[in-house]
Amino acid sequence: MNPSSSCTVRVSALAKAYGANQVLRNINLEVARGEVVVIMGPSGSGKTTFIRSLNLLELPDRGSIEICGVALNDPATLPARELRRKTLQIRQQTAMVFQSFNLFPHMTALQNVIEGLISVKGVAKAEARERGLALLGKVGLAEKADAYPGKLSGGQKQRVAIARALAMDPEVILFDEPTSALDPELRDDVLNVMRALAAEGMTMLVVTHETRFARDVADRIIFMEGGHVLEDTTPALFFGAQGSERSRQFLGRLHE
Amino acid sequence: MIDLFVRALPLLEKAVVVTIGLGIGSFVLGSALGMLIALARISDARPLRWLAFAYVSVFRGTPLLIQILLIYFGLPNYGITIDPIPAALLALTLFSAAYLSENFRSGINAVDRGQWEAAWAMGMGYWKTLWRVILPQGLRIAIPPVGSRLIALMKDTSLASTVTVVELTRVADQLGATTFRYMDMFIIVGTIYWVINQLLTLLQTWLEEKLSRRYQ
Repeated sequence: MNPSSSCTVRVSALAKAYGANQVLRNINLEVARGEVVVIMGPSGSGKTTFIRSLNLLELPDRGSIEICGVALNDPATLPARELRRKTLQIRQQTAMVFQSFNLFPHMTALQNVIEGLISVKGVAKAEARERGLALLGKVGLAEKADAYPGKLSGGQKQRVAIARALAMDPEVILFDEPTSALDPELRDDVLNVMRALAAEGMTMLVVTHETRFARDVADRIIFMEGGHVLEDTTPALFFGAQGSERSRQFLGRLHE
Repeated sequence: MIDLFVRALPLLEKAVVVTIGLGIGSFVLGSALGMLIALARISDARPLRWLAFAYVSVFRGTPLLIQILLIYFGLPNYGITIDPIPAALLALTLFSAAYLSENFRSGINAVDRGQWEAAWAMGMGYWKTLWRVILPQGLRIAIPPVGSRLIALMKDTSLASTVTVVELTRVADQLGATTFRYMDMFIIVGTIYWVINQLLTLLQTWLEEKLSRRYQ
């Protein structure tokens, strides 16, 4: 993180359809530097598509995305080369943590963490190694540096994936249901690492169903349904008695 | 049979080098060409995809024997004369590339889509992702079918005998004719093919074990 920059995420009028299925309808959102924004909503609400369009893993049909000064207007209409260039710029500002971890199975934990440093940023191997080991230490897995993902538990895999995201020195980290694939008893290790990141001032957008995490850590809650942002509010209001009827219904079902 | 084997040994020694040379040579060249075709098949460019598809359709859809005969006996009609061994090597390469490209393509496609996405999300480009992330996994998946293809190719080299290449099958045929001991000669040569392919099978198994153990 670069403390001198004031990096914001700005999304306006974002829309995306798969065939006749309009997944995102006119999404508008602004996230300030250091904010932790939790995105909640029932399945099919578009939250995953939304977070994946922020780093262009999904190409939106319309709308604009701006991340730390890199702006993309109507990306689907851009010439291929221009789109590729901007996409790479945006991906340099962001990192993503996936529901299914997506660690590289043919690389050790350490190799996973430093792969981007070496092959994208061109950092020398010795230096990358040192940084990689420090990051693995930070997520509590220094002793697993030489383990292949096949030997790690789900929670350990996800923490390696977070270390891998941090290695790229991103301005923003996008979390796409980071604990959904984990057994409940393995979730806390991952959530604790995320809490620590939030406390350090990392800008985070988190799609999750973890209400306790959302309540404790989020600065804002975005509630999505049917491709719309229905609510953009604080955790206190969202989880409080004065929350909207629709969100209370949603939370009620989550706790069933 | 042993006496015949000893008598045939000087010829067999040379022939086995030709057979293995044709098999390994066309496998290496066919793998290189097959990889290019596989990459064309999965490319975003429609003309490339179409060309690769047409290539596989032609070279996999026609008999290898026809391809060999066409190159050796057919091309001279158009002023292109190729010596027997290069002609056989060319035919085996073109033919195996069609099959190998399909093996590579299915290996690449078997790699989880999330692997591409993880690499893209960290800012890797297409080629770097392919080289550092996808191929190491896809090629490992492709080892069994590619190994089978190498073994099939080793046997297919026998068709080179039809264009006067003196490899194992042709030696057996010639010595069978001069000694009238076809049965013995073909058993000897069949055994040699079998031994070569058993060694290749061992190599394949060793490679598979070595690469999959690292994952665990």
